Amino acid sequence: MENIVEVKGINKSYAKHRALQDVSMNIPRKSIFGLLGPNGAGKTTLIRIINQIIMADEGEVLIEGERLEEKHIQIIGYLPEERGLYKKMKVGEQLIYFGMLRGLSKKDSTEKTKKWVKKFEIEGWWNKNIEDLSKGMAQKVQFISTVLHDPKLLILDEPFSGFDPVNANLIKDEILELKEKGATIIFSTHRMESVEQLCDHIAMIHHSRKILDGSIKDIKSAYKANEYYVQYKGSLNGMAADYEVIENEILGDDFNKSLIKAPSTIINPNQILQELINKVEVHSFIEKIPSINDIFIAKAKEKSYE
Amino acid sequence: MNKVLLIIQREFLSRVQKKSFLIATILTPLIFPILMGGLIYLAINEQKSVKQDVVRVIDDSGRFNFTETSRFYFVKSEMTLDKAKEDLNKSDDFGILHLPEFDIYNPTGIAIYTKSNPSLTMIGDLESSIKNQIEDMKLKESGVDPAVLEALKTSVSVRSINLSETGVEKESSAGLSFGVGYAGGFLIYLFIFIYGAQVMQGVIEEKSNKIVEIIVSTVKPFQLMLGKVLGIASVGLAQLLIWIILIAVLSMAMFSFFGLTSPSDAMMDQVAGNMAQASGDDFASNPKVAEMMEMVNNIPFAYIISVFLFYFVGGYLLYGALFAAVGSAVENPSEAQQFMFPITIPLIISIIGLFMFVLNEPNGKVTFWLSIIPFTSPITMVGRLGFGVPAWELALSMVLLVLGFLGTIWFAGRIYRIGILMHGTKVNYKTLGKWLFMKN
Repeated sequence: MENIVEVKGINKSYAKHRALQDVSMNIPRKSIFGLLGPNGAGKTTLIRIINQIIMADEGEVLIEGERLEEKHIQIIGYLPEERGLYKKMKVGEQLIYFGMLRGLSKKDSTEKTKKWVKKFEIEGWWNKNIEDLSKGMAQKVQFISTVLHDPKLLILDEPFSGFDPVNANLIKDEILELKEKGATIIFSTHRMESVEQLCDHIAMIHHSRKILDGSIKDIKSAYKANEYYVQYKGSLNGMAADYEVIENEILGDDFNKSLIKAPSTIINPNQILQELINKVEVHSFIEKIPSINDIFIAKAKEKSYE
Repeated sequence: MNKVLLIIQREFLSRVQKKSFLIATILTPLIFPILMGGLIYLAINEQKSVKQDVVRVIDDSGRFNFTETSRFYFVKSEMTLDKAKEDLNKSDDFGILHLPEFDIYNPTGIAIYTKSNPSLTMIGDLESSIKNQIEDMKLKESGVDPAVLEALKTSVSVRSINLSETGVEKESSAGLSFGVGYAGGFLIYLFIFIYGAQVMQGVIEEKSNKIVEIIVSTVKPFQLMLGKVLGIASVGLAQLLIWIILIAVLSMAMFSFFGLTSPSDAMMDQVAGNMAQASGDDFASNPKVAEMMEMVNNIPFAYIISVFLFYFVGGYLLYGALFAAVGSAVENPSEAQQFMFPITIPLIISIIGLFMFVLNEPNGKVTFWLSIIPFTSPITMVGRLGFGVPAWELALSMVLLVLGFLGTIWFAGRIYRIGILMHGTKVNYKTLGKWLFMKN
């Protein structure tokens, strides 16, 4: 089975507004999957449906090819956007409790809690109440509670909001390590820039619809506009008519920096470079790769015209 | 199901391990025997060392006689009223009783002058004493022989005996039945409020601390609610059990300290509280203690306690679920106020009904309905228990209570599952109604 999660034709509406409209997507096994979209787009609703917190009005979710059911709770680890812990419960007890809620036996849960607490170097806090912990410490406990039972599928809703930078990095490292060990990670965020370095697949949700999905590599190459940044000495005047100068910046001493758009018929950068070399002295030549944010904005605009 | 048990366990342990639980559980039963012991001690001491107050009697006609009581000593005085009034302030006397010359068919002008206000009982005692003497005078005047007069004086005490369906006669005491009903009904009332509020707080805590979303990704909201309600119920039951044992032990210790032996220690264990209430202060000096014990022995404790426990748990479940629903709809306890009204009203009706109808007319029409309707039955049916309840009425009431709490748990669950995940929405009764019918 190549996809660990398959979402098929999900519709969900609340009293007066539609939260998800006909959303389908596949989440490949062992990927880091980014669920992107602005606040209120429907990301959390989809995540809640996969976590069996709410039910879809229509459509279905398959996990490892099976319809979602109670036993899948065991293989999922979930860190909601709205997260918290029992303030008056001890760190150790609380983690063991969460592990047991995920289906571990008391013995297993205790063992795994001990392992994680050791890894995060918070053994000394075992018998402390959460209310006596600093915020950063509590965040570590929170993260342990999510991964404690070695979930195959980790779902993190806005994982970097609310965590301090040190813990955010820690979590980033853990995410990569868990991926190495074979877990699949879905995380949602409205901050597109945080995605590019981490994710290998993404889906974009906007106004309750999925507007785009696929691997980052594919998406980026699909959204390349055949545009290049060039720094050069001389003048581009007299370049072939189907080339277009989008931006131009004068750097002085006859130096210029321009953004040029090549005709879509030319796909080989060497060809473009050749064209340039004939006209000017080229000092740098870089392909303009669109950011995920740019792609999202372009895509969202395009959809709103439909 | 396993997970509900897990939640029950957490709710139970997290509460039982608190210091406040230990303190409340141990101190409450201590307070009661200490209070009772103190009262008995005072009563005994007062009887030993009571100082009789002097009341000067100025009887212008010379026809009246007052016998001394434990509190008052009457001295005939030949002084004039004005002189006596002057003397009163200088002396330690309690007061002056003035009986002017009057027509016995129209007694007027009788007055008592005191430095401090006399009690109602004292005035009542004086009035009845004077009344009796005047009546005697009238009878004598109409020619009745004083010996006959003496023979007329009668003392009556009515024994109350319950005839059970099997024909067994049992001596009962209306006072005792009243005490059992009063204490039982009131205990359930308190329990529902105290533990219901704990359910609500627990739900609000989970919601406002944002733990709830993590939990409901592992269990169904209904399971979480059920686990919480049942977990807190088990805390209440444990507390009650400890109280019963502690009160029994302490009361026994106290009774033996004051030299009272009970006919059946086992029975004493369970009823110590109620009995003391029914028999009151004069316990120590009352020669009828043995008779009381006989009646105590006749109360079917196993029956009363098991029925009490049923209503204790049933009533709590019925209201506990509603408290959970209210907790799920709000973000903090102060907001909960607006939704408490429909919960507190039937509880207050129950407790008022208990005092106004049930304990006064245990077989009346209002009592019947109060003890059948599930929202009021937990408190009122327990109030009736001491007086005896027909089996079919009890059965009907119990069945309805079970249906009632299944109903409220279902109802509360519908609101709860939506409410706990709602943040920042303004909630009113209309939104609650919508949640009720909203799909998952």
